[in-house]
Amino acid sequence: MAGLTAVSRTAVPRTARKRPYGSILVLLLAALYFLVPVAASLWFTVDDPAKGLTFGAYAKGLRDDGMATSLGLSVRLGLATVALGLALMVPTMVVVTLRLPRLRRVVEVLCMVPLIVPPIALVAGVSTVLSWEDDLRTTPLWGTFQALHDKSFPLVLVLVYTVMSLPFLYRSLDGGLRAVDLKTLVEASRSLGATRRTTLCRVVVPNLRPAIVSGSVLSLAMVLGEFTVANVLGFEPFSVWMVHVGEYEAQLSVAAAMLSLLITWGLLLLLTNLAGGRTRARADRRKPTV
Amino acid sequence: MTTTATTAKQAGTTSVEPASAGPGAEGGVGLRLRGLRRSFGATTALDGLDLDIAPGELVALLGPSGCGKTTALRIIAGFETADTGELLIGGEDLTAVPANRRDIGMVFQSYSLFPTMTAAENVAYGLRVRKVPKAERAARATELLELVGLPGREKHYPHQLSGGQQQRVALARALAIRPRILLLDEPLSALDAKVRLQLREEIRRLQLELGITTVFVTHDQEEALSMADRVAVMKEGRLEQCASPSELYERPATPFVAEFVGTMNRLPGVVCEGGTVEVLGRRVPVHGECPGVGCEVDVLVRPEGLRVRTGTDGEGEAATVRVATFLGGTTRLLVTTDSGAEAKVDLPSWEAEALTPGARCTLTPQEQPVLVED
Repeated sequence: MAGLTAVSRTAVPRTARKRPYGSILVLLLAALYFLVPVAASLWFTVDDPAKGLTFGAYAKGLRDDGMATSLGLSVRLGLATVALGLALMVPTMVVVTLRLPRLRRVVEVLCMVPLIVPPIALVAGVSTVLSWEDDLRTTPLWGTFQALHDKSFPLVLVLVYTVMSLPFLYRSLDGGLRAVDLKTLVEASRSLGATRRTTLCRVVVPNLRPAIVSGSVLSLAMVLGEFTVANVLGFEPFSVWMVHVGEYEAQLSVAAAMLSLLITWGLLLLLTNLAGGRTRARADRRKPTV
Repeated sequence: MTTTATTAKQAGTTSVEPASAGPGAEGGVGLRLRGLRRSFGATTALDGLDLDIAPGELVALLGPSGCGKTTALRIIAGFETADTGELLIGGEDLTAVPANRRDIGMVFQSYSLFPTMTAAENVAYGLRVRKVPKAERAARATELLELVGLPGREKHYPHQLSGGQQQRVALARALAIRPRILLLDEPLSALDAKVRLQLREEIRRLQLELGITTVFVTHDQEEALSMADRVAVMKEGRLEQCASPSELYERPATPFVAEFVGTMNRLPGVVCEGGTVEVLGRRVPVHGECPGVGCEVDVLVRPEGLRVRTGTDGEGEAATVRVATFLGGTTRLLVTTDSGAEAKVDLPSWEAEALTPGARCTLTPQEQPVLVED
């Protein structure tokens, strides 16, 4: 008996002490891969050979009107893209799931096309269409074309970015829809007297909230970092402004990139907490009974 | 409670008259299905279904997979549209009325609670849609959760409740809107046996208390027979028979019903004069359709409709006991006659003590009407 006890005493702690060295190594390598460039950039922005450590580049960036304007434009474009993308994709995906499941593959292929078509090809087509403007000067469409490439808020970028965000929205929403028994939930809501709109707002959307947040975050991140389309079409959101500034003031450009990183993370965290965390937090406060 | 039912196959449809009202019938309304047909491509799910359900009655739709019972329920709920036919609730034609304006409560087979809402919010959802004041709907939700045996669970989310508790909340949610008809779509099939037994008794108790007209879809005959005022047995989109559980068991209208409900033996027999059939060396009366004299038929006899005695002398057919299964108060014997027919026989366990496997015995039918099939 004593022998058995001795064996179990030595065996259990040995198992418990085992460290997942492999996992830690992978984690460290991944952390280095992501953090070294960020740390190097940060060092570059605060290290001045003449003055030593200084936050001058950041102060200059925050005072720069160009940065505020371009960052504001990028954020507004991002939010508009997310709003338009969700308005298009949520009802479409719900209808396809409930009524037209055979079209699921078709919708999937259509939504994945922007991943295959390079942005430069996409923008070439858009430029061609925008070049028709002069021919339409005498028609009512001319006003629409004017609004599309209004410098203060270029709607054409929202439209192109919405197309480019379709793969992210599709993948997120598809995952969300597969995770819930949408048909039963909708039928339960309808049998209780709810209209289609009420069902969409009170049952479908809350149940898709994690998927909606995930798709929105990815789309927003894509818009904030997009350069090709905006640059070719001649607009100056934040990414284009950074590249332009970098041509003559490298330290300011990198400082702006670091600030944009912080702002993007802040926005994404805000979105995630606002939209996704509330229900989970409420649920987690109570212990399961069964 | 007295229930009556008639079965008459006419021109491809089966018509069933309503039974008398069940207890508490003053709270319910009648439901009438008239010639419902529904096809999905080449598959006919419903082939002219006629069924009348009296106010306050609980009718179970019973049948094998693909018999059309769920399609019928979904047409009543408004989730499917019939190709032809009528649906009348309380005399009002609701065939073309959308699901959200039918005032029908439904409990689904899969857990259908809204995951982002608490139990109380789930129960109050239908009232919120109807713009009932907040205080009133909170009080009603509390009252209903108590009624279904879940007091104090108002703030629990569905994932914090067991399967049985979730179905109770779903039942409370369906009842909260004071529906004219309650539909139950195999609500117990996902639960374990003990919870299922408990919950089916509670559903029946509530249904009787509230007097609500209820249609219950199930493929579990025990569930149907134990809960329903009447059971409607369906096959290939048509109604085979709608009758009280005892009538269905004792006087099945067709061989399909006889074999689907309970256990049934098929024994070889020959039709004789006077509406009788000779089976296991004895003549017994035939119930239902009877082929011409001299025809060789299958005779359908329940296990309790056969008698076994030790020894091989006297009236009946000599047989050998193959298997004896002890079931508590009764023992089920599997016997093979010397002519090769197999039969299951139920005996009181004390009588079956001597009939161990290998024992020789004599098998005879009881003097009861039997069904025959060509």
